[in-house]
Amino acid sequence: MTSAPVAATASRTRTRRGPGFLGRLPIHLVIVFLMLVWLIPTIGLLVNSLRPPDEVTKSGWWTVLFNPSQLTLDNYKFVLAQDSITSGFINSLFISIPATIIPIMVAAFAAYAFAWMSFPGRDVLFILVVGLLVVPLQSTFIPILQLYGPKGFNIAGSFLAVWLAHTGYGLPFAIFLLRNFMGDLPREVFESAAIDGASPVTAFFRLALPMTVPAIAALAIFQFLFVWNDLLVALIYLGAQNPDNAPLTIVVSNLVSSLGGGWQYLAAAAFVTMAVPLIVFLGLQRYFVRGIVGGSVKG
Amino acid sequence: MDPRLGTAIVVVVGVPAVLIGYIWLTEQLLRAFGQRIRPKLRPWLWLAPALAFLGVFLVYPTLGTIVRSFENKAGTSFIGLDNYAWFFTNDASLIALRNSLIWLVALTAFTVGVGLLIALLVDRVRYETVAKSVIFVPLAISMVAASVIWSFMYFYVTPPEPQVGTLNAILEVFGIEPVAWLQVTDYAFNTILLVVVMAWMWTGFAMVILSAALKGINPELLEAARVDGASERQVFRGITLPLLAPTIAVVTTTMIITALKAFDIVYVMTSGNFDTQVVAFQMIKQLYDFGQPGRASAIAVILLLAIIPVMAINIRRFRAQEAIR
Repeated sequence: MTSAPVAATASRTRTRRGPGFLGRLPIHLVIVFLMLVWLIPTIGLLVNSLRPPDEVTKSGWWTVLFNPSQLTLDNYKFVLAQDSITSGFINSLFISIPATIIPIMVAAFAAYAFAWMSFPGRDVLFILVVGLLVVPLQSTFIPILQLYGPKGFNIAGSFLAVWLAHTGYGLPFAIFLLRNFMGDLPREVFESAAIDGASPVTAFFRLALPMTVPAIAALAIFQFLFVWNDLLVALIYLGAQNPDNAPLTIVVSNLVSSLGGGWQYLAAAAFVTMAVPLIVFLGLQRYFVRGIVGGSVKG
Repeated sequence: MDPRLGTAIVVVVGVPAVLIGYIWLTEQLLRAFGQRIRPKLRPWLWLAPALAFLGVFLVYPTLGTIVRSFENKAGTSFIGLDNYAWFFTNDASLIALRNSLIWLVALTAFTVGVGLLIALLVDRVRYETVAKSVIFVPLAISMVAASVIWSFMYFYVTPPEPQVGTLNAILEVFGIEPVAWLQVTDYAFNTILLVVVMAWMWTGFAMVILSAALKGINPELLEAARVDGASERQVFRGITLPLLAPTIAVVTTTMIITALKAFDIVYVMTSGNFDTQVVAFQMIKQLYDFGQPGRASAIAVILLLAIIPVMAINIRRFRAQEAIR
């Protein structure tokens, strides 16, 4: 795995950019148009989160353009002043990080087996595994709560309960996605590794995993995001039993319902909350680089 | 220091270590077996952790759901297929079925189509990360916040009060009468408006995964085709698109399932009124509002059965993938 091929591809990608700025103007226009369409609803909420609630019901958010003096940070000050916000933030991190790492690893083993090992019943088993994606989580809560309860493993209300549940719920998609990307790798790579005497374990860690890095990065973004924004699973397995462990989503929803209405705090909280998934998204962007896979195949 | 920090560190470092140790150990264990048995045993050892999690958290409850779907309201006696018969014969669920079909087609087509377009376009510009972040942001916003955002977009006030909703304010500028958007049932227009909210959120999902696949294409392949004189269009049709096809299929499948399971947007924005209910919403309503776990279970089973054809197509595709790799 040398860096030379990667560097070579990088420079080539640059030269193929083709016609100058004007020639690619349509591309820029389409992208900027789509960005605007996607941004406008968010900007609406952002502006309204910066306005007093009674103003919001009286006039549209765009009136800020003519009357910027109505802008205020009060909603944000209120949300950030809550004691429970800090602990909720830390709890959310405690929940999300293991609940992202565990399912990805477990799924990677399974995906490798589905993609590169043959065994009877493989296709049927795969259909079943991915088919579980459609199971409504609500229909699993009662049996799992019984397992978690005092008559079962007695872990309801603990982080462990949520980590395990998110792992189970996240696996079908994780296996589906990783099996697709691992299955796409060229056969010769694994055959020559086997001829060189590499065990499947070595082939998995040295070849399959590094070559699926963009897919793993994409998966990590989404698994983290879903766990971070999850209210339902946290509410069922944590919230009722142990308020100390409540993540940000529960804290925010309590804030809103205890104040009756209070959507303006919800709007402010939404922007505070989404900062972390956005950082994860940006942090993992460097794995979305053309040439990572091609480079390691050559190495 | 927070004592939980210790736990977290143990988990973040310990669990991967245990899992890697497990795989390493199975390989040592397999040495005890003969050459012929090893490849037969190995896949099951690699699958074991995943199957254990899936078994406990999804399969075991689902078996209960299947049994429950044949029982009466209180769960005291078997009533055969009555719950299923009920679902397919009442007007509300027939509208829900129609709406779910609209969700399935519209949401999937839009997110995959636009997600692919964006992934391909931003691959050619320098501000790729910025553009992708903008499209990704709606997914990072929670579902409830998204509903709040779009309630502002669709908001309607009885005139002559000033319209504070974005869409109606735009109409006002052009002198058009304001519209109570979410109450327009003609051609299921309000259902389409709810799909728009979900599509706005999930296009970023399709884009990120398709973009990951795009980056996985060996650039030398594209370069070779260009050197041989292929036009950009030919390169796209002949190389990029076929190589992206498996990932497009994965994203399409996931979006179909997401569309079938969607209920929160409906729940928050219209509560299923004005003929906007969908199948998953009917399930939640039967379960929590009407105390009908039998009927709710039957709906869950119907959803499970509905995706069997989709999965069959996936398996055929995987077989084809294995034949050529």
